[in-house]
Amino acid sequence: MCNSNSPNEFAQKLDDYIDTLPYKKENLIGILHYAQEIYGYLPDNVQWHIAQKLDIPSAKVYGVVSFYSFFTMIPRGDHVVNVCMGTACFVRGADKLKDELENQLKIKAGETTPDNLFTLETLRCVGACGLAPVMIVDGKVHGRMHEAQEINEVLAKYRPEN
Amino acid sequence: MKLKNTDELNALKAQSLKLIETRRVAESVSTKDAQGLVRHVMVCGGPGCHSSGSPRIAELLEEELERLGLSEKVKIFQPGCFGFCEKGPMIEIHPDNTTYCEVSAEDVPTIVEEHFIKGNQVERLLYMDPNTKERFSSNIPFYDGQLRIALRNVGNIAPENILEYIAADGYQALAKVLFGMTPLEVIDVLKESGLRGRGGAGFPTGTKWEFTRKSQADQRYIICNADEGDPGAFMDRSVLEGDPHSVLEAMLIAGAAIGASEGFIYVRAEYPAAIHRLQVAIAQARAYGILGTAILGSDLTFDIQLKYGAGAFVCGEETALIHSIEGTRGEPTVKPPFPAQKGLWGKPTCVNNVETLANIPPIILKGAEWFSAVGTEKSKGTKVFALAGKVNNVGLVEVPMGTTLRKIIFDIGGGIKQHKTFKAAQTGGPSGGCIPTKYLDTPIDYESLTAIGSMMGSGGLIVLDEEDCMVNIAKFFQEFTMDESCGRCTACRVGTKRLHEILTKITEGKGTLEDLDNMEKLCHIIKDTALCGLGQSAPNPILSTLKYFRDEYIAHIVDKTCPAGVCKSLLRYEITDKCVGCTLCVKKCPMNCITGSLKKIHVIDQERCLKCGACMEQCRVVGAIIHH
Repeated sequence: MCNSNSPNEFAQKLDDYIDTLPYKKENLIGILHYAQEIYGYLPDNVQWHIAQKLDIPSAKVYGVVSFYSFFTMIPRGDHVVNVCMGTACFVRGADKLKDELENQLKIKAGETTPDNLFTLETLRCVGACGLAPVMIVDGKVHGRMHEAQEINEVLAKYRPEN
Repeated sequence: MKLKNTDELNALKAQSLKLIETRRVAESVSTKDAQGLVRHVMVCGGPGCHSSGSPRIAELLEEELERLGLSEKVKIFQPGCFGFCEKGPMIEIHPDNTTYCEVSAEDVPTIVEEHFIKGNQVERLLYMDPNTKERFSSNIPFYDGQLRIALRNVGNIAPENILEYIAADGYQALAKVLFGMTPLEVIDVLKESGLRGRGGAGFPTGTKWEFTRKSQADQRYIICNADEGDPGAFMDRSVLEGDPHSVLEAMLIAGAAIGASEGFIYVRAEYPAAIHRLQVAIAQARAYGILGTAILGSDLTFDIQLKYGAGAFVCGEETALIHSIEGTRGEPTVKPPFPAQKGLWGKPTCVNNVETLANIPPIILKGAEWFSAVGTEKSKGTKVFALAGKVNNVGLVEVPMGTTLRKIIFDIGGGIKQHKTFKAAQTGGPSGGCIPTKYLDTPIDYESLTAIGSMMGSGGLIVLDEEDCMVNIAKFFQEFTMDESCGRCTACRVGTKRLHEILTKITEGKGTLEDLDNMEKLCHIIKDTALCGLGQSAPNPILSTLKYFRDEYIAHIVDKTCPAGVCKSLLRYEITDKCVGCTLCVKKCPMNCITGSLKKIHVIDQERCLKCGACMEQCRVVGAIIHH
């Protein structure tokens, strides 16, 4: 998420994207994905903007945003740490991995660290079951995460140099 | 470069054969004899290997070969999943048919020097059978008993090059359908083949296509369900990433047979790599005129759009999926009317699973009889399973229907990890059930699995051992369905929550026999009254574990113990007289509830014990600290 862009630039970018679509209302989910990519999350004003542009009730937009777990109305940290809670990972200790991450980051799943560096969330299966248990940081998969030390090392890569 | 007719397609195929013929020699040559020949190195790009660094290995190989001036002789490719995820990163070298396992970046110089320059296989990287200690350079036992139809191209072709797909008979089935068969003939072939939906429900595909075709309308739609929401399943992912064109070809065939000009592939947002491969494939198909108008000179017009999920398991249900494409909340609607009658935007719509579609081109090319010769009486063909859990060989396997569970888990799967005891196999994900030891010799097919209280499902097969608590597993699945319930119908919205509450009570040692009774009754009520498949099958894991592992539930409720030693609240940690008095656990205990001085046997204060297990983890003496 680029912080140097002003809200107006984001809005313009979003509008330009929506204008390219032949069907607008039906592409609400695609539009929300795009909006979340540029804004980082989907606060009220962004939802309202999209509702206006698509000429649909903002309650409808809210209904979709609140339904799908990919969409968030709360800003996420700089790095999103996901723990896969799929069956294969669960059976190979995903619970312990989640506990250890909560321990090391000092937050619970669903929360963001006070310094806004990490958001911890759970995911349902990314299909890398051969590497269970799996954690994903910013889309990059880290497998066979059994040891606290390994987890620490992965997180350390994302911490700014002191 | 649009292909204007089938002659041009065939000419392109002939031209492109040289791209893949190195991988298809009739008899493989020895590594020594292969020197001097052009070689292809396939570096597995499946999700497991990819995350374990296979792209880096491919990169390093290319750099090293470039450095030594061998780039013209040895070419590197990154195809889809080989299936043997446990032993990744894996590479396969042709034409000398050598497979290396658990390759690391550090092995690259050795491989180049030994294998390509000196002509010797690197023995330590060959697969070794854990029991016989025998080394295999090819014909690895994992693949014995497997028959790759849906996965025929996965691992063998570069998925981002349409020419390789065309060389491997790609779009030949489409050509046959467009110029050699009528739509009704296509549907008949599918019906005779016996192909059934591989998403889990097993509805006959030919019949579904026929119903959609029969529904009168000015427009029909083909949808590929690539939502693959079952946790632990990655079969569809492998097809989408490893052989995306097979899905496009099948959808084109569906369009021709059913009478549709628009198709959608609904991919879950958690699969960005699959999305990328599909985007590349669609762009290439359009460039070659295989998607668009007057396809291959016929009067078929067909194009495909990608639609993305956004993290909702329920959107794998076809009506919910359709609503999601329409841009609304993914809430299912009552069937009938079925999508074949009234689906996307009210038009007849055919929704097929990725694996189902992947089977269509070979069925058209090789015929219904060829396909129906494989499998059992009512379940024809093969099924891809994602074998995971406490098994040695985690990976993707494709076996003929009718193969026994025992063969899959103990032969192909290599048995239970760390020599533990098999307890149950979970099939069908959160909608399925568990299969205990006594049914290990059941030949797998749709009917046989339903008969023993489970279901085929999409293909996730999780192996459980003696250290898995069946009550806890049921609770895990219940938590999943509770979270994913769309909330529309009371039975599921409220029911799954109540079931989860009862299971939580039981795993915390607070359950009663009355709770067990209520839970069972509630399961049946939900099954009977829920609006869609998610709710109707949500109680299955509970009913199935109650059927085969009732004693575990009773142990949790009456004896307040967890036989598998999993449910923390029911564990009791004790120090035995094997304790040597080293004070390691005393220091480690977060509650400071262990008393004991040097050389004296330590004691745990049960009142304050958190049952975290830290003491047991620290202890260096076998049997000094136990839990039960």
